[in-house]
Amino acid sequence: MTTFTNSIQLVYVLAAACFVIGLHLMNSPATARRGNQVSTAGMVIAVVATLVLLIHEGTVTAVGWTVLIVGALLGSAVGLWSARTVQMTAMPQLVSMFNAVGGGAAALVAIYSYIHDESAPGGVLGSTTVFTVLDVLIGSVTFTGSLIAAGKLQGLITGSPVMIKGGRVINLALIVVALGSAAFMFTTASLPALLLVVLASLAFGVLMVLPIGGADMPVVISLLNAFTGTAVAMAGFVIQNWALIIAGALVGASGGILTKLMADAMNRSLANIMLGGFGTGDTAVAAVMAGDAQIRSIAADDAAIQLAYASKVIIVPGYGLAAAQAQHGVAELAALLEARGIEVSYAIHPVAGRMPGHMNVLLAEANVPYPQLKEMDEINPEFPRADVALVIGANDVTNPAARRPGTAISGMPILDVDQAQSIIVVKRSMGTGYAGIDNELYANPKTSMYFADAKKAVAEMTAAVKTLVG
Amino acid sequence: MSTALVTDLTIFVLALLVGIEVIGKVPATLHTPLMSAANSIHGIVLVGALLIGLTAHDAVGYILAFVAAFFAAANVVGGYVVTGRMLKMFRRKAAPPPVKEPQPAEAAGAPEQRESVRS
Repeated sequence: MTTFTNSIQLVYVLAAACFVIGLHLMNSPATARRGNQVSTAGMVIAVVATLVLLIHEGTVTAVGWTVLIVGALLGSAVGLWSARTVQMTAMPQLVSMFNAVGGGAAALVAIYSYIHDESAPGGVLGSTTVFTVLDVLIGSVTFTGSLIAAGKLQGLITGSPVMIKGGRVINLALIVVALGSAAFMFTTASLPALLLVVLASLAFGVLMVLPIGGADMPVVISLLNAFTGTAVAMAGFVIQNWALIIAGALVGASGGILTKLMADAMNRSLANIMLGGFGTGDTAVAAVMAGDAQIRSIAADDAAIQLAYASKVIIVPGYGLAAAQAQHGVAELAALLEARGIEVSYAIHPVAGRMPGHMNVLLAEANVPYPQLKEMDEINPEFPRADVALVIGANDVTNPAARRPGTAISGMPILDVDQAQSIIVVKRSMGTGYAGIDNELYANPKTSMYFADAKKAVAEMTAAVKTLVG
Repeated sequence: MSTALVTDLTIFVLALLVGIEVIGKVPATLHTPLMSAANSIHGIVLVGALLIGLTAHDAVGYILAFVAAFFAAANVVGGYVVTGRMLKMFRRKAAPPPVKEPQPAEAAGAPEQRESVRS
């Protein structure tokens, strides 16, 4: 390495330090924006250093510069446009698309590097090939897997598990083909073998995500995020670049941690989720309460009375709330209650949205101050002191059946909604949640059911509270 | 095993550990912005895409460079912008009403519209 390339590597380390500091500053909402700025600065430094290197080396052809600049500008425009226009409810899709292109770019870096090395005398170095193969494998799987995930989230592909007959056999075959071709590459440098690895991995990505249900998306997105990070780190090994190695490792760690948190929040193993088909079995224990249970129905006025004369209200939002676009209405209702001196907070289950922390962003967008957004462990002890728990669009995460063994959701950490003094559940019908089992909370004598669309119900309650208190 | 490889592996493992340590402290409230920030950070692959240009001298090389640069740039720019947009929404106190758009007649417009106007 020359002094020049060494200095460039040091600039990359500086950029990587910015990434770490940026992520560190995200440990509180108060400093998080600065964190993003520090991280952005690191990225600018890294890109500028790379451009300096390209100019210094002077081997980039005129066509080379053109494709790089046009490609980067077009990509930036697309990225900017999607980032500016995306609805917050569609964040998981966007993150998934970024995973796809990140993983795809990482795979391309390795593919190019391999093609380039292969034409060089002496063939391919063994040590490079391990990372090349891993990069191509993981990057390609991430690319198609993320596209399918985004398609499912966007509703372009059905959100329910797609079970392909013999899917597992095909998957196994694809793994064998990919690993077999990869093994062959170690013995003989071969471009067709590499292409086989790419194709098998692309197909595997599709088949891996198709059988996974919509509500498992928080786990899938986190996992694909971890994959992308790993692919980028592998690309870093391939081209011996520390910036890629460090940044990729950071993202891999982040995705890994979030994957574990999400899987734990559903009390399901990663393998169980990846094998898919949740909600298609385990229905044997379903009809426990159907017969004798008394369901109490309630109207807007009664709900408003309960809310307006409470001293502590906990709102329990679920994805149904976001699906009905009711978050702004809820924020308005909460503000109205707060103006009466009522303590309002939100109990947010880790898997309340379609990606980790999704519900928090949706509520923040609706102007809910973040100190009111409480994590599960923080809010659960507060339920017994709450006069009203208002459940909107959440189902399985409030089901007390999770506390005893033998149900489809046994062992899943839940919000202790049933501990509240009274409970109002806003729901369109008595339909079951994702797990396909009845919610015992609804048969609780303290529970009143408010059957309506979330947005309409919230508007009615807000109007009723206003009339009530003048 | 070359010295360079050992160095690279050392860096990788240490970065992984730093990542676990730092990210474990991020509160659940910020998990979506965190993932989005991580997303923009893996946009560093743009550097790798640009470096393809160093040796690309034929059609295949140019095409790969173009697609990689396109993907990575979309990743990096989109990631940072959307993370910033999200983080701007997190407020300690609800924004005071005057801050909202002083739109003449449509003060009662749908909140979604207000958001799109702001951004």
